[in-house]
Amino acid sequence: MKQLKYLLQKEFLQIRRDKTIFKMIIALPVIQLLILPWAATFEQHNISLGVVNNDRGTYSRRLIEKVVSSGYFKLTGYFTSYEQALKAIETDEADLLLEIPGHFEDNFVRQQQTDVMLSVNAVNGQKAGLGASYLGQIIADFNRDVILQQGIQLDLVNLINVMPYFKYNTEMNYRNFMVPGILVMLLTLIGLVLSSMNIVKEKEIGTIEQINVTPVSKFTFILAKLIPFIIIGLVLLTIGLFIARLVYGIFPVGNILLIYLFALFYLSAFLGAGLVISTYSNTQQQAMFVAVFFMIIFLLLSGLFTPVSSMPEWAQTITIFNPIRYFVEVIRLIFMKGSRLMDILPQLGAIIGFALFFNTWAIMNYKKTS
Amino acid sequence: MNSAITTENLTKQFGDFTAVDRISFEVAKGEIFGFLGANGAGKTTAMRMLCGLLSPTSGKGTVAGFDIYKQSDNIKRNIGYMSQKFSLYEDLSVAENMRLFGGIYGMNSKAIASKTDESLRELELTNDRNTRVKSLPSGIKQKVSFAVSIFHTPEIVFLDEPTGGVDPIARRKFWEMIYHAAEKGITVFVTTHYMDEAEYCNRVSIMVDGKIDALDSPEKLKNTFMASSMDEVFQSLARKAKNS
Repeated sequence: MKQLKYLLQKEFLQIRRDKTIFKMIIALPVIQLLILPWAATFEQHNISLGVVNNDRGTYSRRLIEKVVSSGYFKLTGYFTSYEQALKAIETDEADLLLEIPGHFEDNFVRQQQTDVMLSVNAVNGQKAGLGASYLGQIIADFNRDVILQQGIQLDLVNLINVMPYFKYNTEMNYRNFMVPGILVMLLTLIGLVLSSMNIVKEKEIGTIEQINVTPVSKFTFILAKLIPFIIIGLVLLTIGLFIARLVYGIFPVGNILLIYLFALFYLSAFLGAGLVISTYSNTQQQAMFVAVFFMIIFLLLSGLFTPVSSMPEWAQTITIFNPIRYFVEVIRLIFMKGSRLMDILPQLGAIIGFALFFNTWAIMNYKKTS
Repeated sequence: MNSAITTENLTKQFGDFTAVDRISFEVAKGEIFGFLGANGAGKTTAMRMLCGLLSPTSGKGTVAGFDIYKQSDNIKRNIGYMSQKFSLYEDLSVAENMRLFGGIYGMNSKAIASKTDESLRELELTNDRNTRVKSLPSGIKQKVSFAVSIFHTPEIVFLDEPTGGVDPIARRKFWEMIYHAAEKGITVFVTTHYMDEAEYCNRVSIMVDGKIDALDSPEKLKNTFMASSMDEVFQSLARKAKNS
């Protein structure tokens, strides 16, 4: 174990002297946290809306006004016919068409029933879906307003008005759950990429042979690789938490030490995985390629960008074997819901399992004798 | 136990290719033993088996009295090794490399400090204590590499073509260091393909196609082969080689 001290000394000196890595370690959290939360939002604004108004009565004008003033839509223009409006969609000028039929007002007031037509450009599926649902809500709302104004008697069913209360994130602010997620991404990147390059670099320059011919145990050697990166990871997490607080005013509702506890094992797991990649690769290029390959798959299957529950069943099964999934879950729970240790025990257990699994694998596969 | 190294029919096969073919020899303690052969003759493979970097296919061997199959950790504690490819940490200074390897071999910090001073003095590098290894000229790098390999005063040091790519004057100086180490009682096992260096060894073995074709002191080998220099001895043996 005395050997560990000297090996750690060496690792820290090397990290400090590698200017590129050192700069990246500082720049990464700052840039990721300053840019991504603004860009990675699921809210849609500025959906271009084309209107074909065949009615020209007061009601139709009020409806259009209501739609535009919602803030989600940007009126690209009025069109005289549906065919003309469709051209606007073809040229990408409009994402959404609202066609109000003739006699809209008549039908609405006299027969208390009318239709409007929505046409959606679904090339960008997310934008289309959200746009249609926003517009649907606004029209329903408009409908209710008119009915109340007219004092029309309604049966009870029509009066039920759903008023969601978004518990733990009352304003439904996307940044509240993107920022913690990005912290996870940050630790993943550092863990997997830095460690996967590390041992293979020693292989490439030949220094590993000088180590292999010494009596250093494999366990000590791997531990000396692990500890510096865990410390770097936790420092990064701290920088990230500060930025979340200062820039976004986001602070965990729950115990912050719980995040550190989880991050400790999470980093160990990913560093272990990186070291496994490192022991199998012969060049840094190979290691990088494999690391990026797995990171992209794991990130997309983590629930960071799309909820796990909306994935098909087979994909949900895969996420059980994805360490990122557990941290994304846990960090959001701690940040927004204030979950305690007892609540996150299953995830903590899983991540400790991953850490043991990958590091044992790395030690087993690091061969001092070929 | 007076042998530093013994081997008996030591063999290494890579698939169908036999890199080292049933070699048997002994190296006495305190000896400078030259391990000669052309490129591809199997010198490095044999050496890597003795150091515990490569497991043998068959045969027996002991290094510093320990079995090369079962006691490789004991062997590693008692040997030094200088690879053909320069393999110190270039981003660390001379003294930091010494401290690292001294520490790995279990020396305490006091012993490391005094030994570092001594080594730097011998290397005439006292002023370069804190110079990063990467900025040293290659001849000096090799000397530092050797100094690090014997820093923990091992029983045996293995040198794999230590003077490759070094100019004749630096080579001469390097051999002075080897002699100095041998005077301290360190057994030296050195591979080379410079035949003038073979003359500096107490005994040499010449490997051809994975086999040891000759083993004796340079004087006796020259007599046996009726040659005026080791170079001629080597030429007459190497001519029949298939692998190189």
